[in-house]
Formats: sequence, structure tokens, C-alpha cells
Amino acid sequence: MLEHLIPVLAGTLAAATPLIFAGLGELVAERSGVINLGVEGMMLIGAVAGFAAAAHSDGGALAGLPAGAFAGALAALIFAILSLSMAANQAACGLALTIFGIGLSAFIGQHYVSYSLPGLQPLALPGLSDIPVLGPVLFHQDTVTYLGLLSFAGVWWVLRKTRLGLILKAVGEAPDAAHAIGYPVIAIRYAATLFGGAMAGIGGAYLSTVYTPLWVQNMVAGRGWIAIALVVFAAWNPTRLLLGAWLFGGVTILQFHAQGLGIALPVQLLAALPYLATVVVLVLISRDKRLLQLNLPASLGKPWMP
Amino acid sequence: MSTPPPPFSGPPDGLPRLELTGITKRYPSVVANDGIHLKVAPGEIHAVLGENGAGKSTLMKIIYGAVQADAGQIQWNGREVVIANPSEARRLGIGMVFQHFSLFETLTVVENIALALDEPFDLKGLAARVSEVSQRYGLPLDPQRLVYSLSVGERQRVEIVRCLLQAPQLLILDEPTSVLTPQAVQKLFETLRRLSSEGVSILYISHKLHEIQSLCHSATVMRGGKVTGTATPSRETPASLARMMIGRELPVCAVPAFTGEATPVLSVRGLSHIPDDPFGTALKDIALEVRRGEILGIAGISGNGQAELLAALSGETTGPAGTVSLAGTPVGHLDAGRRRAQGLAFVPEERLGRGAVPPMSLADNATLSAHGQGLVKRGLLRPKAAWAFAKTCIERFDVRCGGPGAAARSLSGGNLQKFIVGREIMQQPIAMVVAQPTWGVDVGAAAFLRQTLIDLSRSGVAILVISEELEELFEICDRIAVLAEGRLSEAVPKQQTNAEKIGLQMSGLFADAHATDREPAHAAA
Repeated sequence: MLEHLIPVLAGTLAAATPLIFAGLGELVAERSGVINLGVEGMMLIGAVAGFAAAAHSDGGALAGLPAGAFAGALAALIFAILSLSMAANQAACGLALTIFGIGLSAFIGQHYVSYSLPGLQPLALPGLSDIPVLGPVLFHQDTVTYLGLLSFAGVWWVLRKTRLGLILKAVGEAPDAAHAIGYPVIAIRYAATLFGGAMAGIGGAYLSTVYTPLWVQNMVAGRGWIAIALVVFAAWNPTRLLLGAWLFGGVTILQFHAQGLGIALPVQLLAALPYLATVVVLVLISRDKRLLQLNLPASLGKPWMP
Repeated sequence: MSTPPPPFSGPPDGLPRLELTGITKRYPSVVANDGIHLKVAPGEIHAVLGENGAGKSTLMKIIYGAVQADAGQIQWNGREVVIANPSEARRLGIGMVFQHFSLFETLTVVENIALALDEPFDLKGLAARVSEVSQRYGLPLDPQRLVYSLSVGERQRVEIVRCLLQAPQLLILDEPTSVLTPQAVQKLFETLRRLSSEGVSILYISHKLHEIQSLCHSATVMRGGKVTGTATPSRETPASLARMMIGRELPVCAVPAFTGEATPVLSVRGLSHIPDDPFGTALKDIALEVRRGEILGIAGISGNGQAELLAALSGETTGPAGTVSLAGTPVGHLDAGRRRAQGLAFVPEERLGRGAVPPMSLADNATLSAHGQGLVKRGLLRPKAAWAFAKTCIERFDVRCGGPGAAARSLSGGNLQKFIVGREIMQQPIAMVVAQPTWGVDVGAAAFLRQTLIDLSRSGVAILVISEELEELFEICDRIAVLAEGRLSEAVPKQQTNAEKIGLQMSGLFADAHATDREPAHAAA
């Protein structure tokens, strides 16, 4: 039993990594009052940029991540200029960004179709990886998965323990009040949005260079949307976001195993399971309206001008 | 009110703390400040007096660095300065308590204060200092409470303590008493006098004349963006100050005696309601009765259930049929449109967005609520009838505007309010609910509106007025009740009560219910 469970759990962590990156980025942006529906597009742009960088350099997958982050932030910059500097509707700008990202990544990616990358070998942390069960699950992962967990810890700490986190929440809660006290609301929102873009880009680049190191058109496959849903259902709380991402990762891996075992269900249905399960479970645990309302950044999605 | 302060003698060296010379600020449609001169000495409490739109708030924002002047100089302790932003103002020693508070609802008191201080981030140490300062100045505060669970008066304390922690040399207060009970106003004045005796200068913005007379050493009066005079308030009368402020005599309402009809028209029984909004106030067993021909006033500070009660009366929230009845018919289960059809008129607090649709013309806005007056036939609009209806309303209620085709948002607050009230009156209601009838309205329009409501009541309509302005309620109402913490006191004839008693009810009446009801419902965050 246990020898079946260990690969499932280990795979869960890896499958959750793109969602952790993209979700944390979106969470920070939303905390500042910006809802960017372009996560799917930014992930795709990050994926193709990362793939290209990895394919054309000696750095391999690890060259892909910075490239993905840069490309994702650049995509977020377009969104920020439109929705923050020009106060355009955030929902419309985000949707446009997603459509743009799908098209751009397909266009650039056509050179790379059926091209594959070496990927990234798991890094066993000396000592820790020898612990029974926990060792192979937690400490025998690829570097980027560790990085994802570190990012989670970093975001959690900043939001919870630092003035920066407080400022971020303040700007999302009441931009007028923050402005009156003297905080540069637009600049803070720019920073949060660009951080969101970079993180989505890393999530995308992880997918294309490490998770399945092979270019497939539209390979993000809706994970960007799941990331946005996770943020809302997690009530803008990074810990709940992490649990949600693991849930998605777990069901993803389980359905692969189910396919492998030849369970008599259509593959399409099995492939849809992670999305379905995540949404259903999150809806159930977030039925507490007060919880959502108390944590909802009050100015979320509302254009603001000084 | 307490004894007026002595005229201010000024500091020995005579160097003013703040001196403004020729401050001018132009906006595309209006000159908000036109060559303003103002001088404040250390320790002086200086009133800036003026009507809404006189340019007081713009001037204060310029001093606080939130707005930049187009021309003019600012001298700070004898040195010319440019205040580019609020944090620079704070560095100079200027603190500001805003009229609409600049607080963050879902953060704690100490977090809110930490955000405004330019110092190392240490919430624990700061919480101790907050407690210390709040005790020293008689402003009790719990640093760990979430702001949304605080009363409006407590929120103001947060703002004041936040300023005091920065050891300001000048404190700006923008209409600080509009949210306070009369007793809390006295407490605030004690704190301000104490600060003044410690050498802190205070700029006190208000349109309440008696407050300025009891608190301020000197006053600068503004009208239409210009300084129209300076005065020593204790040597003036309210009438003379009002003349400087509005440029003519203060209008007075004629109130014919209430002849005392006992027929209740609008009555509420056992109305309880828990709002969905976690920041809302639950209504607890509300009962009231408005009789034919009288005006019933509901006093209280906003946030004590006013919004929820209004929604329950207008039909925006519905409940059991028997909780609200109109001329004996239960209407508690009916929505706003059906209640309107039965003769209930409603004038909400927000004129733009609730009382009227801002970009729509007055004629279209008339159609929205008065469609029962023949403005719609077989589901089709009758624009000519709507136009005529709006035109009549404009003429009858002295609405100054560009005619029935003018967009609602192009009207001043006072004129739009006259139009909305007129539109409701022309539908010949049997009962009318009015919230904050003269909020943000100039003195002339306010007097007209009050007179209109009095005349309407004497013609046999039952009127319920919810207002934060106690003076207004005492002027126009026959009976007054108090809404505090979601509970409504029994209405008493205004001759049998006074501002002090009402104030006690606002703060102390339901003291026992306070602790349990305000438990923050803040789950895992």
C-alpha cells in the first residue's frame, strides 16, 4: 500500500507547483485590490518564453524560469498600464490578456512543437530524504518544487508579519484612505501586479520545462483559471491556497493512476476530475459568507485614480 | 455649553506656526480657493468656518499636502515650505483627522496606526504606546480591536491618537463632531483644550456655530472660495457669524403647532433583522408609530442601524408582513414598488445613486419613481407627461437647474434634494420616510426643505425623518426617538426632552447590550 502511496504523494507536490506559483502571485495582486483574470495568458507566455530560453541556452530548465518570470511580468505590465494607469475595466483587460497569451504562445510555440527538453532531475536533500515516507515525498523533489514551497513561506511571512503586508492589505481595503495617509497606491498596485505576472510566468515555465518538458500548444490547460478560483475560495489566505493546490495536484496524480489501471471511465472525464474536485471542495469549504466578506479586499476590481 | 474661551493672546515672540499667503487652487469648473490668507499661532484653536463648497476642505488638503496649490506660499514656523505629500506634512508636524475617516475596517487599531507612522515596525511596542497616549488624553482605546467593530466615535479616537503619536505641532480636524453625541463632543473639546495648552495649534473646520463659539480662539470665515472675514468667535453672536458665512440672515422655519391626530399611518412592530453584511448592525425589536400630520424624528449616529432600518421601511429588505404597516395594512412582506403604490414615499440618504440616477435627466428620474402618475401607459413611456411632471416639480419646489432635461448629477446637492423631495410629494403620499434631509445642503436650501417637510406634515402626511443633526430634529419634529446599537427608544414629544437627554440615550441607554452584541464575528483569518 505504502509503496503505491509514496509516488502519488510525491507527484502531488510537483503537480501542485504551477498552481502554487500562479496562485500566490494572484493572491498578492488581489490583496492590493487588483483582480487580474489574465493568469492563464501570463502562464502561457511564461511557458513559451521559458521553453525557448531553455531550448536555446545551456542552462536548461533553470534558464527557463527567469525567462518565464520576466515574460510573465512583461505581460502583467500591459495589463497594469491599461487597468491601473488608464483605469480601464480590470475584468475586460484580464480576459483580453488571456486571449492574447493563448494566441502569442501558440504563435511562438509553433517552432517548438514536438521538441522536448531534458527536464530536471529531482534533488534529494542529503539526510532528510532518507526519512521513511516523508523523505521521498517531501525531500526528493525537483528544485523548483522546493522553490514553490519557499515562495509560499515567504508570501505568508510578508503578509502576516511585515509592514509591507499591512500596506498591501490597506491599499486593497481602502485605496482612498491609503492615499490620504500618503502611500503611493498606484505604484504599490503596479508592484503587486508585476509580482503576480512574474509568479504566473514561473508557474508556466515550470510546466513547460520541468513538469512535462515538451511543447504542446495551450499546455497550461486551464490551470490559470483554477489558480484564480483557488485565491477566492481560499479567502485570500495563502495557507488555504496551498491546501487547495495540493488537492488539485493530488486528484491530478490519482486520475493518472486510475487511467493506468484501466478504469472504465472516459479519459476526458478523468482528466476533468482535478478541476471538478477542486472547485466542488473549495465551494463547500468556503460557504461561510462572512469569512469571504471579511477577507475580501474591499476595493477588489475597482479602478482607482488619485 | 461650557464657558467660551478667552481671546487668544498669542505667543510671546509672535512667530506664527502656520501662515498662508495668497493660496489659490483652480479646478476646471470652479476656483476652490482664491487668494486665501490664514495665520495660526502656536497653541491657538483656529476655526475655519463656511458652508459646504466654501473651499474649507480643499484648503486643509493643501496644508496637509494631499492637494497642491496653484499659487501662494505656506510659511511653517517662519520658514517657507513646499508640502508635496502627506508624509512630508507629517514630518513637519502636521496631523489631520479626516471627516470621512481614513481607517481600514479589517485591520486592528494598532495596525491602522502603524500604517501611518514612519518608524520601525513593532506592533507590540506600539500597542503599549497607543494605550499610554489614549489614557493620558482621556481617549480610551483597545489596540487589538478590529476597526469595523468600533463605533464611529471610537474610530475618531483612533484617528486622533494616530495623530498624537506623531507629536504634532498642528492638528487639523475636519467636521469632527458630525459623528459624535453631545457628550462625546464635550469630551473631545476637553482633549483639544488640553492639547492647545500644551502648545499644539488646532485648525478646526466646522459649520456649527455654537461649537466654534465655545471652543475656538479665533475664526476665519470662508464663502465661495474666498475669505469673507476673521473674527473672535466669543465676541460674536451665532447670527453675526452666520451672516459672515452665508452673506445674509439665517433663515428660520415657521412651525405651526401639531394639532394632535392620533391615527397612526406608518407603524412598525417587533421588527428584528440580522443583516448579511458583517459590517452591518442588527435591528432588535424595533417599534414605532408615525401619526397623521406629525413629523417623527429618529436621532442617532449613523452606523447604529440607520441604514438597516431605512431599508426595512422602504422595502429594500422585506420581512414578516406584520412588522411594517401602512394605514393599517400590513406591508412588511412587500417590496419597495408595492409599498410605494400604497402611498409610502421614500427619500434616501444617498441622493446620487439611490435617490436619483446620476447621468439620467430629471424627467427620466421622475419617471423612475412617479411612473404611477400617468407617466407610463400600457408599459410604454410617455415622455411628454414625464417632462411636464418634472417641469412642475422644478417650478413648485424652486429647483435651480437647466430644466427637465438636465442630468441629475449636474445639480447641486441642495437642488437635487429639492427635486427628489418634490417628486415624492407630488405623488401625494400618505406617509414619507426621509433620511438626512439636509445633509451637504447649503443653508438656504436646507431651510426650504425643512419648511417643505413641516408644511407637508401639516397637510396630513405622516413623516419619519432620520437625521444625525440634532438641531434639525428639534427644529422640525414633533416627537423624537433615538436609534442606538440597533434598538429604538420610545418617542417623546420634543418639549419633554433636550439635546443632552437625547445624547445620553445615543451613548448610554443600551450600554448593557453593547458588550455582547459587538463581539467581532471574525473567523480564522
